[in-house]
Amino acid sequence: MRRRDFLRGGAMLAAGVGAGYQIDPTLLTARELAASSRRRVGDPFFRELAMLALDSARGAGATYADVRISSNRNQFVSTRERRVTGLNDSETFGFGVRVITNGTWGFAASRDLTREEVQRVAQQAVAQARSGAFARLRPLELAPTPAYPEAEWTAPVEVDPFDIPIEDKVALLLQANEAALSVDGARFVNSFMTFLRQEKFFASSEGTVCDQTLYRAWPTMNITAVAPDRSDFQTRQSTDIAPLAAGYEHITGNDLPGNAVRWAEEAVAKLSATPVEPGQYDLVLLPTHLWLTLHESIAHPTELDRIRGYEANYAGTSFIFPAEDYLGKFRYGGEFMNVMGERSSANGLSSVGWDDEGVKPDDFLIVKDGVLNDLQTTREQAPWLADWYASQGEEVRSHGCSYAQSWSNIQFQRMPNINLLPNPERDVGLDELIGGIERGILIDGHGSFSIDQQRFNAQFGGQVFWEIRDGKRAGMLKDVAYQIRTPEFWNSMDLIAGESEYWVGGSFFDGKGQPSQSNAVSHGSVPARYRGVNVINTGRSA
Amino acid sequence: MANYFDRGRAQEISEKVLALSNADQARVNLNSGETGNTRFAVNQISTAGDVFNATLVVTSAFGNRVASATTNSFDDEALERVVRTSEQLAQLIPEDPEYMGELGPQEYQDVDMVASSTANLTPAERARAITAVTEPAAEQGLLSTGYLSHNTGQSSVATSGGLFAYQDRSLVTFTTTVRTPDGTGSGWAGGGSKDWNDLDLGDIGERAIEKAIRSRSPRAVEPGRWTVILEPTAVSNMISRMMFSLNARFADEGRSFFSKEGGGNKIGEKFLDDRVTIYTDPADARLAPNLFNGQGLPNRRMDWVQNGVLQNLAYSRYWASQQGVDPTGFVSGYYMEGGDASLQDMIASTERGLLLTRLWYIRSVDPRTILFTGLTRDGTFLIENGQISHAVKNLRWNESPVFMLNNLEELGAPVPVSPTESGGTSPTVMVPPIKVRDFNFTSISDAV
Repeated sequence: MRRRDFLRGGAMLAAGVGAGYQIDPTLLTARELAASSRRRVGDPFFRELAMLALDSARGAGATYADVRISSNRNQFVSTRERRVTGLNDSETFGFGVRVITNGTWGFAASRDLTREEVQRVAQQAVAQARSGAFARLRPLELAPTPAYPEAEWTAPVEVDPFDIPIEDKVALLLQANEAALSVDGARFVNSFMTFLRQEKFFASSEGTVCDQTLYRAWPTMNITAVAPDRSDFQTRQSTDIAPLAAGYEHITGNDLPGNAVRWAEEAVAKLSATPVEPGQYDLVLLPTHLWLTLHESIAHPTELDRIRGYEANYAGTSFIFPAEDYLGKFRYGGEFMNVMGERSSANGLSSVGWDDEGVKPDDFLIVKDGVLNDLQTTREQAPWLADWYASQGEEVRSHGCSYAQSWSNIQFQRMPNINLLPNPERDVGLDELIGGIERGILIDGHGSFSIDQQRFNAQFGGQVFWEIRDGKRAGMLKDVAYQIRTPEFWNSMDLIAGESEYWVGGSFFDGKGQPSQSNAVSHGSVPARYRGVNVINTGRSA
Repeated sequence: MANYFDRGRAQEISEKVLALSNADQARVNLNSGETGNTRFAVNQISTAGDVFNATLVVTSAFGNRVASATTNSFDDEALERVVRTSEQLAQLIPEDPEYMGELGPQEYQDVDMVASSTANLTPAERARAITAVTEPAAEQGLLSTGYLSHNTGQSSVATSGGLFAYQDRSLVTFTTTVRTPDGTGSGWAGGGSKDWNDLDLGDIGERAIEKAIRSRSPRAVEPGRWTVILEPTAVSNMISRMMFSLNARFADEGRSFFSKEGGGNKIGEKFLDDRVTIYTDPADARLAPNLFNGQGLPNRRMDWVQNGVLQNLAYSRYWASQQGVDPTGFVSGYYMEGGDASLQDMIASTERGLLLTRLWYIRSVDPRTILFTGLTRDGTFLIENGQISHAVKNLRWNESPVFMLNNLEELGAPVPVSPTESGGTSPTVMVPPIKVRDFNFTSISDAV
């Protein structure tokens, strides 16, 4: 998906929900099946329960309360070679109440959505907050936000994946598997489709009432080639089809069987690829790979809760510490480098109309002309940067980065879609990036990844590696991984491609928090060139 | 007591659901329980929560057509809907030639795994308990962060063939990271058990505080091959990855470290140091393991590695039938035998080496060798002439548990550890501290 489509497609797609897609009338059974299990959260009963929860919390002493009633509908189809290995349709439904009492958070949740339970849980959340308040060192302060009493938002999808017959999904995966197995040497193939429809009803004691529906869709394949003598095996994953906040059109719009042949051929080719010689190389990273490097080394370290030490016991802190010493001063990269936090991107996995504390998110430049410009915030966090915002003449407001994976989890800071913007000066093409390299490697697709707890030292693999010699793509390499130190790495980026090369990758499952929660997030980027990166060979003999 | 379905209620729900079934065969998986957590940062509680949930999965089979549906609603309408959904899905998909049918009655270990101390733990008690760490940390001018998590619940399996399996269990985990305000020192400690009374938060906090203070202002050392002492948590971080690889089918198919060149697998081959023995045992209450799998197949004692020899790989019912063997037990909590060296002995016998507290962001690099990459974290120290001399900067490693366990120098006594990076509860792992040679570090990290 190109950037202009990613940004501008929303309105057009939103109007097309449920329209323009022909469903075979003989498959009525499956359609009825999908419809029968649908349950909306925005009806008057849930509104009444939400108000009951808020009243109960305030009656028990909460100075602030919010309630989320939500359902997560998931469908997961998995196949292996010529068989279906799993088919599950699931729905989880419940509510969570978050309160502030004595300047301290409390949270409780239950699957049992009755008037009695709603009141009990609201009071339990207040008791929870009271029990922790004795150790409070400073009271919570929330950045102001307008109230939105009638907020509604639906992710821009064309076709609800739960309206599509299961037979179609199975048939497509098996067809793709067959295509992969038609390639000589491709021995095993797994394929999956997973879909989510999340319906959220949110109400706060400040007067916001918000009803939203989010979608996610993700097809994946994993093909393994095995050497005839079993001395080696290599895999190729379908990393060039990313998960998106999209409907079934994301499945039909990508040619799985056609791509499967290419992925299978590349898996086989990896068996005879040349092991890389360790050393310093210039790299060209395609967006199918780069989105993950961006995610790990820019998106995560600019989360303000990390910077302040709230994730120190698990997800880690950040090299951006203290934040005030870095904001407006730290050069992440060249002047052509701009990184935007966007929760408005069409089909962005982190796109919403309102976040999980009722804030309407804004788009904001995290890196502006190569310099660190802003950080990700929630209502609790934005006041921590009050002095910085005052110095910039900006109001203290949350960027709308609050999110919870389900009704049973407390909301906290999660990243928006964070995108490396195309070259602002001209529409540079991929060939120009490659053409400027004497000895280098082009990396396609994300693979192994690991980064330290402050986001300095990282190691990334990939799916397919092409040697670059004298400005041209040469043969395939294998066992490649590169290691970086974040500040030097981004400052070694000397050229990025233009808008026509823009592509959106992302993660369906990005973990953080205790208890650990998953967030889905998209990262758009363009191919980029880096000079003198340390490449290692990961192959060892057992 | 925690809120979850007791055996009678679980059986009642399961039978009700099975009675609704029109399928040739059906299975009901039921999980319920209460979880509680308290999280703290910068010496005060940041969030806390209590959640009650229950989940019902219905699997329906018509011939060899099989599908599942899941709900967490238990009213009559919801139960009817989840059964019909699974049935309709099953009728819409192709036959699965590997479907083995549902199991009939089985026999299970009877192990008491519910600790009342854990089941009765309240938010107020959790809040008071964490002050055993936050207060001493604050008194010493340090910043403590941590997580206390517990759950008590049940899981059960019932089939149309008459099987009913039920297990209830408590688990609790506490982990803390203490940092120095200047950001130059960080120390971690933690533990897990089924019994809240087993966890000494004061002791855990003291260890994390001591490490934070000792790890201030680390110096860089050169990456390369080092003699390394891994504390038990770091050991479990690596060994767990190897345990996940013990899959017979993958080995037989030629896509695993345990594949044999030319065909077959490595069962019976020696692949680790003589002193390595690892087993799982559902009768061992210390490990709080799963007593059965999702199909209701009983877990059983498995000696995976004995004196360095691969004894077993995990066979599913289908793959066992194809290979003419019985299906095996599976990994859920495990015990690695140790030796008689103490951590102090290992340090004293080391002329020059590194002491590692825990490992972080471990990801697979090459399944052919079970090669992983990751980093050291929250307490990495240089040992010189038999003593810890000073803190060192963290390091990235590229290493395989297989290579590591072939380079064993010494082993200590196994202890229970909290094996997950996320601090979540899990079946218990008991491993010893170990000393190994030639551990492969590839670069330095500036992260503290």
